[in-house]
Amino acid sequence: MGATESNGAPARGRPLSPHMTIYRMSRYCLLTSISNRIAGAVTSLGLPLLAYWLITLASGERAYSRAQPALAHPALRALYALLLLAFAYHLVAGIRHLIWDTGRGIERTESQVSAWVVIACSFALAAVLIGWANFGR
Amino acid sequence: MSTDPKAEVPRRSALGRVRGYGSAKEGVGHWWTQRLTSVALIVLGCWFVVSMLSLPSYDYATLVAWMRRGWTELPLILFIAIAAWHSEIGVRVIVEDYVEEVGAKTIVLALSTFIHAVIGVASVLAVLRIAFGGAA
Repeated sequence: MGATESNGAPARGRPLSPHMTIYRMSRYCLLTSISNRIAGAVTSLGLPLLAYWLITLASGERAYSRAQPALAHPALRALYALLLLAFAYHLVAGIRHLIWDTGRGIERTESQVSAWVVIACSFALAAVLIGWANFGR
Repeated sequence: MSTDPKAEVPRRSALGRVRGYGSAKEGVGHWWTQRLTSVALIVLGCWFVVSMLSLPSYDYATLVAWMRRGWTELPLILFIAIAAWHSEIGVRVIVEDYVEEVGAKTIVLALSTFIHAVIGVASVLAVLRIAFGGAA
């Protein structure tokens, strides 16, 4: 932080939230926190894809059947799997964040244990979802 | 960092005094909205993924029949709108944290908001057209 605020007013000694330069996060906490951001950002990529899919569907049967080969392309199938993984991770890690927001589970050992729980649960969930997507038809 | 506010120039306008103090009671607005939308998306996101995965096929007839069955449009539209909202805030938080330069930050955030709005509204419109449209 510099000596002035962005609006040019002098910086005062206001309390700061414990951000990275002050608060040293444990390695597990850091890993799961940044992963949650990345997973959220990846899940966001699904939105334009969802929009494209719905728009072609709304454009009628012929437009949709023309778009179908592209939507079933192996590269997009890989993206669907990635989206399912990102969704599963963001879901489980997000629930952990919501629990933290209630003030629970923020102690050092608790958060390290929950980091492993998040990794295990989200990958198990992703495996189930991806398996379902591939073997369901 | 720890300048004493009382040690500052004594005569200042009302605006000058209030500037830089921050809170206009809306500081946690995005934070709270992000929590509300995430709780909603636990339900709606799981509903959407399970619905997608349990469809027997992805041909036109199956999908249109699914969207026109019962109240499918309701959770679908809620899912799209809340996911776009949640995503807009999430991208905002990431950009605010990692883009340092104010000009670039402003442009990226404005673009992100516009893109989210267009994607969200276009998707909702598409669902409405499918659900109420005449073309089968």
